[in-house]
Amino acid sequence: MKGKISSIINKYNQDRGRLLDMLLDIQNEFSCIPHEAVGVLAEELDISEVNVEETVSFYHFFTREPAGKYAVYLNNSPVSFIYGRAEVAETFEKEVGVSFNEVTEDGLIGLWETADIGMNDQEPAAIINDTLFTELTRAKVKKIVRAMKEGKEIKEIAEDVAEAMYNRDGLRTMVKNNLHTKATVLFSEVELGKALKKAVGLSPEEIVEEIKDSNLRGRGGAGFPTGLKWDFCRRSKGERVFLICNADEGEPGTFKDRVIMTQLPEQLFESMAIAAHALEAQEGFVYLRYEYSYMKDYLEGVLQKMRDDNLLGKNILGKEGFDFDIRIQLGAGSYVCGAESALIESMEGKRGEPRNRPPFPVQRGYQDYPTVVNNVETLAKVAPIMIRGAEWFKSIGTKESAGTKLLSISGDCQEPGVYEMEWGMTIREMLEMVGAPDTQAVIVGGPSGVCIDPTHFGRSVAFEDLATGGSMILVGEQRDLLEEFILPFTNFFIEESCGSCTPCRDLTVILRDKLLKILNGNGSQKDIDELYEWGQMGKDANRCGLGQTSANPILTTIENFRNLYEERVQTDEDYVSTFDFEKAVADSCEAVGRVPNIPSH
Amino acid sequence: MKKDGKLYFEIDGKPCYAEEGQSIIDAATENGVFIPSLCHMEGVKPAGSCRICNVKVDGRNMTACTTPVEDGMIVENDIPELTELRKAIVETLFVSGNHHCPTCEKSGNCELQALAYRFQMLVPRFPYKFPEKGVNPRSDQIYHDRNRCILCKRCIRTVTKDGKHVFAYHGRGGEDLHVAIDEELASRLTDEEALEAMENCPVGAILKKERGFEVPIGERKYDHQPIGSEIEN
Repeated sequence: MKGKISSIINKYNQDRGRLLDMLLDIQNEFSCIPHEAVGVLAEELDISEVNVEETVSFYHFFTREPAGKYAVYLNNSPVSFIYGRAEVAETFEKEVGVSFNEVTEDGLIGLWETADIGMNDQEPAAIINDTLFTELTRAKVKKIVRAMKEGKEIKEIAEDVAEAMYNRDGLRTMVKNNLHTKATVLFSEVELGKALKKAVGLSPEEIVEEIKDSNLRGRGGAGFPTGLKWDFCRRSKGERVFLICNADEGEPGTFKDRVIMTQLPEQLFESMAIAAHALEAQEGFVYLRYEYSYMKDYLEGVLQKMRDDNLLGKNILGKEGFDFDIRIQLGAGSYVCGAESALIESMEGKRGEPRNRPPFPVQRGYQDYPTVVNNVETLAKVAPIMIRGAEWFKSIGTKESAGTKLLSISGDCQEPGVYEMEWGMTIREMLEMVGAPDTQAVIVGGPSGVCIDPTHFGRSVAFEDLATGGSMILVGEQRDLLEEFILPFTNFFIEESCGSCTPCRDLTVILRDKLLKILNGNGSQKDIDELYEWGQMGKDANRCGLGQTSANPILTTIENFRNLYEERVQTDEDYVSTFDFEKAVADSCEAVGRVPNIPSH
Repeated sequence: MKKDGKLYFEIDGKPCYAEEGQSIIDAATENGVFIPSLCHMEGVKPAGSCRICNVKVDGRNMTACTTPVEDGMIVENDIPELTELRKAIVETLFVSGNHHCPTCEKSGNCELQALAYRFQMLVPRFPYKFPEKGVNPRSDQIYHDRNRCILCKRCIRTVTKDGKHVFAYHGRGGEDLHVAIDEELASRLTDEEALEAMENCPVGAILKKERGFEVPIGERKYDHQPIGSEIEN
């Protein structure tokens, strides 16, 4: 074993910064991170064992015990339950003969739970080794388990159970794209290389100006102006500059980057090359969430083809000194790594803990050099803007929100999927578009966003109104919003917190327990008030977006669905834990002829 | 605004001066202003993890330990909103661990306890969780008690002479995260190093073995004056 581990370490030149890659390889090789591996890593990287373990224990897909020759990770997002996740899980347990979080005695099959894997439009879904299984049913699960017991190749099993396979340049998967275009910026048939050719003829400053003019803003959720970010980075003047494409799409209910990367990877990479020219960056990375590892080989293939066509590599398109290449960095299962500074920490082989700011990544990012981190969708829009210009881009959308947005729509509706639409569409129009007549609530922007009731459905999707990274989870009237969505989302934040900030780590647990108290029928009015009051504390006190929004599912439902809480609390006077002191002593005071002497608060 | 090459800034209206690059909390200390914190420690990179040193800069919450002073900066520190937040954070720490002061070696020298007194905490507003945390007595030099750990990251930011970490975070999230101790390295610590590790810990989670209750009641650090009074003028 030691030899194998050493050769993995050597493959990455014993570079501690590549610890994540080493661990991914080790997990792949041994279907766990064996204790011995921790020792070897510590010794050869000259760090203590607890330092290796701090990274191992941070990521969901690293296990200390073998996860099974077939490691089944069944998604448990709230939306998956709408599509029958419960019976799929039950069938897995019955057919395999073990419960979740267990492995069969012969080590063949392990059953595991995992949070939102970006397949909300085709649930129930599972990742088995590096292969995706979507739209699972009882019958399919039976077939899969039987084939696993026979020892069939996982890819072969996928072929057998899929109704259809998506095929593109070596990517064969049962994952559907479910793409609907209502407006076209991204999917506007961009001729490969055309935008880059134009960019090569411009100076870096001219490109930054064009992007600034276009009003392109970050599509990951925060909406920071892209041109300004590039400008800040250019002003930082580092010896090296890095560009990172954030493909760690982890917000529950988003799956748009999945579609961009399977359908338009050339456009994405070409856009990255344009950005690199503007930033004078020589190295680029795509930080790909582990859940999307099924497309890694395919993306590598696309990169190689683009190198062959001189769209990447040295002296790109014949321009002397324009060198830029892209490496795909796989994540290992962590929501908070979608935050740009946490993503950088993770890229450096560490725990994905968000950094303190300042300094910002554009000042000191990856390996302390100026680094731009942009979302997949943001970057993919650069090429069309290059070709058709800032004015064209601004003519689409609203005044403050230029262009289009990809929405990931899932939940109770007839046509879940990814929709490219102009900014400014109202929620009501959106619900009509996807066929969702009986909607109780829309969770805009996923759990970290806001949960709105029908009185808000006239509002529009735009930075100036309902700003969003694009997750739209539709909750039908028949659902128990608090039990089926708000509670699991709060648990999700508890599990995904890096744990650094006290309020995020501890207060969210306190809030969850209070919510449970109410859901279990043991709460009072006072509990609702306290839940709301306590929930506010983390908003300003925590460092990163996760901590600042982890109470949002609770807070925004108390604001918009207070009746759902009030229905569940005890209203009996005896149940209220506070009491009116003056009233309580009134009788005895009267009996002895005294006036109550109670200090005012 | 600058004076003798120093940056000028104000905390709650008090004129203060700072070196270029100095954090708000360090500059505040030099200017006789106490900004409470549990994770800040001289000589290690600021973590900004306990969040108690949250101050307001231009109306925005910033941690004083990670934010450098800028010339002309207006900082709010001793205001009801922040005192309330800080007190609440101290309370979450009390209910999320098992802090039984009367039996703790660090009582009287404990910064968590001292802050609770300073904020006049009586009973935490949050329900106690009494979680199971466990202890690790296996190294020769250190007795590690997770019940008292507040995950402030002080210990994990320090290294031994040869640059190794004895302590590190393990796991993540609200219910799984804890500090792990490298038993082998901990056993090899010198008496001085072990004592230093104990002193760096703001609470009683890291104790040097074969040493206990050395300072009598009445002579402990916070027996007579509340925490912060050594700074305030």
